[in-house]
Amino acid sequence: MAKGKVYPSAEQALADIFDGAVVLVGGFAGQGVPEALLEALSRQAVKDLTCICSPAMPRGRQSSGFDVARLVASGRVSKVITPLLEYPGANSVLEQQRRAGQLTVEVVPQGVLAERLRAGGAGLGGVFLPNGAGTRFEEGKETREFDGQRAVLELPIRADFALVRAQTADLFGNLIYQGDARNWGPVMAMAAAITIAQVDRVVEPGGLDPERVITPGIFVHRIIAAGGATGGR
Amino acid sequence: MAEQKARLDRDVIAMRVAKELPDGGYVNLGIGIPTLVSGFVTEGSMVFFHSESGVLNCGPLAEEGHEDIDLINAGGQFLQPVPGMAFFNSAEGFAMIRGGHVDVTVLGAHQVSAKGDLANWMLPDRGVGNIGGAMDLAAGAKAVIVAMEHTDRENQPKIVQECTYPITGHGCVTLVITDLAVIRCTAQGLVLEEVAPGWTVAEVQALTGAKLAVSAQVKEYQL
Repeated sequence: MAKGKVYPSAEQALADIFDGAVVLVGGFAGQGVPEALLEALSRQAVKDLTCICSPAMPRGRQSSGFDVARLVASGRVSKVITPLLEYPGANSVLEQQRRAGQLTVEVVPQGVLAERLRAGGAGLGGVFLPNGAGTRFEEGKETREFDGQRAVLELPIRADFALVRAQTADLFGNLIYQGDARNWGPVMAMAAAITIAQVDRVVEPGGLDPERVITPGIFVHRIIAAGGATGGR
Repeated sequence: MAEQKARLDRDVIAMRVAKELPDGGYVNLGIGIPTLVSGFVTEGSMVFFHSESGVLNCGPLAEEGHEDIDLINAGGQFLQPVPGMAFFNSAEGFAMIRGGHVDVTVLGAHQVSAKGDLANWMLPDRGVGNIGGAMDLAAGAKAVIVAMEHTDRENQPKIVQECTYPITGHGCVTLVITDLAVIRCTAQGLVLEEVAPGWTVAEVQALTGAKLAVSAQVKEYQL
């Protein structure tokens, strides 16, 4: 449906999230993180969420906003799938919960995660990737040779929800981003049953140059307008 | 004692790496010593830095007070905007890497083997490891330069016959630049090409866990 996408609040956009849901969270090193959605999610009465994000942990002065670590600290998450749980030596709540056995962590190479999400979003059965051939990331997976190079079959990821951050949306859900805060937004938006975009502002149809739209509205189901420290102005 | 002799510092390693970057080439820098390389690009040469955070043609690091919150590198550091940048999403960023469009990547390492195997994402007994984009870079970049200290904190060799830490990529390393030496990975094994000032070939070999062939043109570290 192309209509009725704008929700009055993050809470209402997340009202139907459920126990055990698989949630994609956009953002990279604290940039392009859907902070208002994560904060609202931390207050929902749900548990055992699986969070897929890259990397989970911001650092330095970008970490002032609400991030995946704070969502995990709220006790809503039982599993994180990520290329980088935290920057080395950070000893965040993520690593503490993992050591305490409260959080399951699955590490996945960043480019493999990107292609698994793209395969999920594009309806592919899987992709053969050269990454990880002959390493522990190959274990238990089908392999094939292409032009003498071994490749590993990686399966698609489809999630229940994607939470992404963009700069501006129009009422139909078309999105534009700011700088490299774009990062995971476009690929995650494709790979979820329900994609919720947190944007700085919403404009009428025609308010975005269609030549500049990065994520077409067909991939975006819900929009909330919320300002914040990162992800566009 | 070899252990007490002065070694080159991280900036000098980065300076030496920068000499390897092709004019007009697309280059991805890892975290640590590799991050420093962007500050030493040869004058008159133009290198296009790729960051998997989603920016091509990254500028130098931003000055304090002039940070753009939507412009960072893969290490989360703020960048200066420069003319001719392009932004892209993460899947495109890794398509650039995996698709063979990146000429050189510079990575840190825990170990490099005699066959050019790279181990740089996990130390045993240290959490779940930090794979990030290293495995994609090892598999996809046309050349992989390792920039690292020659030995670990216990002064044990990081260049070894076989990696004992989990592998990032097999046979992917093309050149190793350390605080003691420049070593090329070839089909015939490791070839010592340059030695740090004040060090002898024998002293470098003594701190290396794999046999080094010595280049006929072996010389002092070139800056």
